[in-house]
Amino acid sequence: MKIVTGNDLKSGAVIWWTGVGWSLDVNQSADVADQGAKIIAREEGVQNVVGAYVIDGEKDADGVRPAHIKERIRALGPTVRPDLTLKPADPAAVNWVI
Amino acid sequence: MYKYDDYDQQMVDTRVEEFRDQVRRRLAGELTEDQFKPLRLQNGLYLQLHAYMLRVAIPYGTLNSTQMAALGDIADKYDRGYGHFTTRTNIQYNWIKLDDTPDALADLAKVEMHAIQTSGNCIRNISSDQYAGAAADEVADPRPYAELLRQWSSFHPEFLVLPRKFKIAVIASEIDRAAMRLHDIGIRLVRSDAGELGAEFHVGGGMGRTPFIAKKLRDFVPIDQMITFAEACVRVYNRYGRRDNKYKARIKILVHELGLEAYAREVDAEFAHLLTQPIEPPLAELKRIQGFFTDPPFAQETGGEVDPDDRDDPDFRLWLDRNTYPHKQPGYAIANVSLKPIGGIPGDATSDQIRLMADLAREYSFDELRVTHAQNIVFPHVKKRDLYALWQRLDAADLSTPNLDTVGDIIACPGLDYCALANARSIPVAQKISERFGSAEKQAEIGELKLKISGCINACGHHHAGHIGILGVDKKGKENYQLLLGGSEGADTSLGQITGPGFDEDGVVDATEKAIEVYLANKQGEERFLDTYRRIGMAPFKEAIYG
Repeated sequence: MKIVTGNDLKSGAVIWWTGVGWSLDVNQSADVADQGAKIIAREEGVQNVVGAYVIDGEKDADGVRPAHIKERIRALGPTVRPDLTLKPADPAAVNWVI
Repeated sequence: MYKYDDYDQQMVDTRVEEFRDQVRRRLAGELTEDQFKPLRLQNGLYLQLHAYMLRVAIPYGTLNSTQMAALGDIADKYDRGYGHFTTRTNIQYNWIKLDDTPDALADLAKVEMHAIQTSGNCIRNISSDQYAGAAADEVADPRPYAELLRQWSSFHPEFLVLPRKFKIAVIASEIDRAAMRLHDIGIRLVRSDAGELGAEFHVGGGMGRTPFIAKKLRDFVPIDQMITFAEACVRVYNRYGRRDNKYKARIKILVHELGLEAYAREVDAEFAHLLTQPIEPPLAELKRIQGFFTDPPFAQETGGEVDPDDRDDPDFRLWLDRNTYPHKQPGYAIANVSLKPIGGIPGDATSDQIRLMADLAREYSFDELRVTHAQNIVFPHVKKRDLYALWQRLDAADLSTPNLDTVGDIIACPGLDYCALANARSIPVAQKISERFGSAEKQAEIGELKLKISGCINACGHHHAGHIGILGVDKKGKENYQLLLGGSEGADTSLGQITGPGFDEDGVVDATEKAIEVYLANKQGEERFLDTYRRIGMAPFKEAIYG
C-alpha cells in the first residue's frame, strides 16, 4: 500500500493521512494508491502538514507496517526511549520496529 | 566569561522578535515551507525524525551556571525534560514545538544565549579546548581569541551563504583536545622564539563522506593579524569553493583539488590585499574581551589536597584517577563529568542533572562549566579538597561514571533514533558496547580507547577519528555497521581504516570485542589500543574478526 506521512506544522509531530484527515497512529493510514502527490499539494497548501511524502507499507491483521525501518521508528518513537514512544507502557513495542 | 554588551544583547533580542514574526507568518500561511525553511534553519530549528529540533549554540563550549540552569529549565518548559550535548559542544532539544520556539529563544536571550548560525552554510559555533584557562600546558588562554572569532563570524555579511557549512577550532596547547585538525580551519596559538604570540593555521580538515586531515597553511600569523588571515582563508574558499555539488563543497575538497600550494598562493594574495584595508579588530577590543577571561580568584593558600581518608572510598578513587586532570593552579583540579553512564545514551542529560551541574559549578568551580566535543561536561576549577564533596553530589545523580577516555566514553550521534539524515541507529550500539565493557575492571584493563559511532556518512559521531570507529549504513533497508580501526583526533591525528565487510548490530559489538582481544593479546608495556594497532597493523585484527 501507499501511505502519506509528514509532520504537523505547529507541533512537528509525525502524522499519517487517514483518507479524511491526519492521525498520530500509523494504523489509521489510508492506502492513497496514486493520489499521494495530489493529497500532499492540497494539505501542505492549507498548512495542515509539512514535509509530506509517500512511502510503501503493508497492512495485515496487526495493522499498518511501513516498509522501511526509518518510517517504523517515526511511527513509534525513539527505540532507546520507550517512555517517549507512542506506546510507553509497552517496552516490547520496540521489537515491531526491528 | 564573556558578557554581552548592549550591541550583543540588542542583536540577539532583535533576532528573536524577527523570528517570532516569521513563525507567525508561517503559521498564518503567509510563508510557504520553502520560504520559511532557510529562516528557521538560520535560527537553529530543524525538522527531524519525530519533531522539530532546536540546536542552541554554546560558544567554545563555555557556560556559566545561570546559563546551564536555563538550559535545564528550557528542557522542562518546552521539551521533554532532557537535552543532548553534541560533538560541536552545543545542546539540542528534540521535541520543540514551532509555536513555542520564539519563547524558547527569548528565554535563551535572557541568559545571553541563542541558536543563530547553528545551521546553514555559514561559520558555525567556534570550538576550543575544554580545559582553556585551566590547563598548565597552554601558551595563552584561547577563549578570548575564540570570542573574537565568534564576533567576527556572527552575521558576517560575506560569509552567511558559503558553499557549505564551516567549522573553526582554536586551541593553545601542544595536546589537541578539540580535534583541531579535523576542522575547516584549525588554529593553534603558538609563541615565537622571541615570545610573541601568533596563530598556526591549518586548513581543509573535516570528516563526513570524504575525510581529510587539515594541512598546515602557516606556521605563524602574528596574533594582531589573525582575523585578517582567517578572512583571507574564508574569502578564497567562498570565491572558489564548489556550489554545484554539496558533497564537494567543503573547503577540504577545494584544498585537495587545488593543492595546498595553489590555495596558499591565493590566500597570500588576498591577505596582502586585506592588509591594505584595516579590517582587523582594534587591539582595544581584544583587550576588552581578554578582560572577561582573567583567572578566577583562586585561593591565596593553595586549594589543598584530597583528604587521604576520602581516597579510601574505592569508587571515589576510581573517579579521581580517571576523570580529573591537572590544573595550572596548585591545589586545584579539572573535573570531568561523563555523560556516558553504563548502558546510557551518550550526551544526554536530564533537566534535573543539568540544573544540578549548574548548582555544582556555582558552589565548586567559580560559576564555570564547559561542554566537550566528546559530549561530556567539565568543571574547570575545583579545589582538590572539594573533589570528594563534588563527587558525592554527582554520584547521587548518576553523574559519576569513571570512564573518561575509555571504551565506555563513547561519542555517538543521535542516529536513526532521532535524525532524519541517519541510515542506522547509533545509540543502541553504544549502549551494548558500554554494557559489555563497562565494568571498572574491564575498562582498567583496556585503558585509553576512544570509540566513536556515526549513524551515517555525515560523521557527526566522528567515527573516522575513533581508535575504534563504527559507521552505520543502510544495506537494502537493513541497518549495517562498518568497523574502522586506527583513527585519532589528537596531536597524532589519523583516519581510521575499514576492516572489511559490515555487520549487523550484535555482530559489530562482537567484532569490537575481538578487536579489543587482539589488542590485549599484543599490547606491549603501556601501549594504548591505538599504539598497538599502529605497531602491528590491520592484519591481525582482520584475521581475528573475519578469520
